[in-house]
Amino acid sequence: MIGEGILKGLAETARNFFGSYVNKDRLTTVQFPEERLPQIEATRDFPFLVYDGTDWQQGLRCVSCQICEKECPPKCIYIEKSKDKKPDATGKPQSYPTTFNIDISVCMSCQICVEVCPFDAIKMDVAFELSTDDRFGGLLLNREQLAKSNEYYNKIHPTEAAAVDAAFAEERAKAEAKARQAAEAKAAAAAQTLTPGAGETTRVQ
Amino acid sequence: MPEIIDQIFVLSKHWLLGYVPAGLQPVFSALLSVVPVLIAFPLLFAITTVLERKGLGRMQNRYGPNRTGPFGILQPMADGIKSLTKEDIIPRTADHLVHLLAPLLLVTASFLVYAVLPIGRNMVIANLNAGVLFFFAVGSMVELAVFMAGWSSRSKYSLLGAMRAIAQMISYEMPLVLASVVVIMAAGSLSTVAIVNMQASYTGIWPHWYVFTPWGLTGFVIFLIAATAESNRCPFDLPEGESEIIAGYYIEYSGFKFALFFLGEYLGMFATSAMAITLFLGGWAAPFSFLTWIPSYVWFFTKLLTLILVFIWIRGTLPRLRMDQLMNFAWKFMLPLSLINIFGAGVWHYMPAGLLRWLVVTLLVVVSCISLSRGLRRGKWFHVRTYRFAA
Ligand code: SF4
Ligand code: SF4
Repeated sequence: MIGEGILKGLAETARNFFGSYVNKDRLTTVQFPEERLPQIEATRDFPFLVYDGTDWQQGLRCVSCQICEKECPPKCIYIEKSKDKKPDATGKPQSYPTTFNIDISVCMSCQICVEVCPFDAIKMDVAFELSTDDRFGGLLLNREQLAKSNEYYNKIHPTEAAAVDAAFAEERAKAEAKARQAAEAKAAAAAQTLTPGAGETTRVQ
Repeated sequence: MPEIIDQIFVLSKHWLLGYVPAGLQPVFSALLSVVPVLIAFPLLFAITTVLERKGLGRMQNRYGPNRTGPFGILQPMADGIKSLTKEDIIPRTADHLVHLLAPLLLVTASFLVYAVLPIGRNMVIANLNAGVLFFFAVGSMVELAVFMAGWSSRSKYSLLGAMRAIAQMISYEMPLVLASVVVIMAAGSLSTVAIVNMQASYTGIWPHWYVFTPWGLTGFVIFLIAATAESNRCPFDLPEGESEIIAGYYIEYSGFKFALFFLGEYLGMFATSAMAITLFLGGWAAPFSFLTWIPSYVWFFTKLLTLILVFIWIRGTLPRLRMDQLMNFAWKFMLPLSLINIFGAGVWHYMPAGLLRWLVVTLLVVVSCISLSRGLRRGKWFHVRTYRFAA
């Protein structure tokens, strides 16, 4: 019969129309600002800089190697290297960035900067409500705005952050062991030049 | 008392005219008739846009706009402010004058047809004795505006959209006019006021609407389908086809000119719906004799809103047709059927009143409808499309 399909379709849409007023389960819309879905763990949007401890300036992991700056496809990272050095996450003296800017109006969230960073210093953030009425200054994030604590990183990406922390701990332990070994070797060498009895006392120390 | 409420607009117009010097009275009379229409229908447009978006949303199990004002009813204001403050971009290679004139002509033409639509008892701007003819003649100016828009934009998409629009509008104008011919035959007049007056009487409680006759019902359905196509609405929205040619003939319009196109389109839809009401659904006449105490304009707008809701419902249901299906449907189904319907109306006129003529005309229409659709299917004009994919 001609028009049968049309009638069926009309019945279906009418059912949807009235059903959506009766049955809330039909409506799949999440009314955003009031309702939110939990973010999945792999959520990412823009990069941020991780720091250890409480002082962001002291704890910044970034050593200003500028690899990310070179690798970033749209070139939205700008780094200025410091002249002096400070100890990094594993205790080695390293440079640090005096300027570290990311223009998130240009960033395309590709995560390449994160992949190439050898120091686990830059990671992807999950904050997405970044709208501002100043589209130039407001979206150019500087070092201070980018710095976020390791605790925050652990909160947003627990699995990933735990792996990073474990790797750091291992490296730190290795560095300590190495330092101890070096100290022992040094002590042993010193003992050899002295009398055998004096060697004992250095070991006690 | 009901009479006074029914005639309140007419009476207040006469009362206001009493304060105007005699020489200026014709001008003021025209103004007082035209301005309310110019206010009422754009207002209806605003209400319709929000109703449409909410209704479509609900049909797709969404909420629709619900942020601006309570339940989103202030959405049209937000849309209006947005389109007013937007940049008006004109393509560099466009024909600037025609590009500017097209939306103006569209809106003008859409407004002009309201001159002959009786909104209530004694409420018509101009009671022309060829009102129906005027309606269709002015209504076809819309095609000109659409082609101006498509041509002047100098864009492939606009031109394609305009071509489709012209082909579609000309094809569907035919069944649209032929469907209304049956009413003109029955009423014996081209005046919209006379046509409504013919329908505004009752047998018992039942009205004499033309839709309650076999030829009237067929004519109404054909008219409604053709009106959908005339106003470029889904499922006949090929000229706009968002998924194929983006927005068709008004792709190069932005800001308020775009809003004017939108307005013109909806005004056209209201006008054809109002014409369908005037011709088939008794215009401002109440559906039952015991409901005549409700003012005539209330009935008119109730019927109009109902038809608009039907249009929205159809839009929420049907997918878009293909161009060849569209053309075949117009020329090979609607046109013959409307011609047969005219013949049926003639038979009805010359047969004595009674059950027999009901039977004869109904049979004529139903049989021809079924055989036409069968023939079309057999002739592969309506067929289920099969797809072949590369292996
Ligand atoms: S996520 Fe990609 S685009 Fe963004 S700063 Fe990192 S490398 Fe550049
Ligand atoms: S964020 Fe990583 S890759 Fe970029 S400069 Fe700092 S340490 Fe180097």
